[in-house]
Amino acid sequence: MFTNILFYAFGALVVIAALGVITARNPVHCALFLVFAFFTSAVIWLLLEAEFLAVTLLVVYVGAVMVLWLFVVMMLDIDLAKLKQGFTRYAPLGILIALIVIAEIAAVEWVRNLGLAPAAPPVPKPAGYSNTAELGELLYTQFLYPFEVAAVILLVAIVAAITLTMRRRPGQKVQDINRQVAVRAKDRIRIVKMDAEGGQ
Amino acid sequence: MIPLSHVLLLSGILFSLSVAGIFINRKNVLLLLMCIELMLLSVNMNFVAFSRYLGNLDGQVFVFFILTVAAAEAAIGLAILVVLFRERQSINVEDLDTMRG
Repeated sequence: MFTNILFYAFGALVVIAALGVITARNPVHCALFLVFAFFTSAVIWLLLEAEFLAVTLLVVYVGAVMVLWLFVVMMLDIDLAKLKQGFTRYAPLGILIALIVIAEIAAVEWVRNLGLAPAAPPVPKPAGYSNTAELGELLYTQFLYPFEVAAVILLVAIVAAITLTMRRRPGQKVQDINRQVAVRAKDRIRIVKMDAEGGQ
Repeated sequence: MIPLSHVLLLSGILFSLSVAGIFINRKNVLLLLMCIELMLLSVNMNFVAFSRYLGNLDGQVFVFFILTVAAAEAAIGLAILVVLFRERQSINVEDLDTMRG
């Protein structure tokens, strides 16, 4: 019962956070609302006994991705007033579509009930059950190949992000290490033979 | 005991809010990307809920992979956004009409 109350409270908070993300005028506020949404979802995932994923969501999403996000938002100098034009023009359409989607999903879930017995409670886990250990076992045996593919995807993302954002400005004065190392003494100085001056 | 349909409904509400967000903030690429992140979160919540109620951990493994792909997507998307802003001094979707789409 207590779990139920917690679920509804945090569910309401997630919805409030999502509303904040889509309506806030300042992108920084949007990003902070998104952090709030992730945080609250992590709590809901804890209630659903997905402990490892809840912690991963916090560490990876709130800790890394959203910080990257805030960096970019603050780095770009965006003209907010111009971007917010037409905000109310498309709001009715957006709200209409949101209501239709909610109604459709609710209809499917309540009428069809997805063929699952609605009252079937999940089996309680035994004491000493570790979600992380179970997930790790699955990940390193049955899903080993997709796991490696995920690692490659991350590598590709790193390479792509670096190549996209790296730039060479023309006329920049930088050291060319190769040429510096390869230089020889006779390239640097020119010895000129000339007669001594004087003795007129 | 949290009923399965309530979790699914919550994630449905989250998903439709982010769809509405895409319509409302259709000029700002940054907010469009944020709405996509919110969509991925709601889909992940579905996976977690089903994994719990079916007693099968495969759903959680899928959430793990979706998180990986979403992180990669955020990194590349933001890199593209930074390059775009450097080129155009704007992230307005309506300015991005070079390809006449």
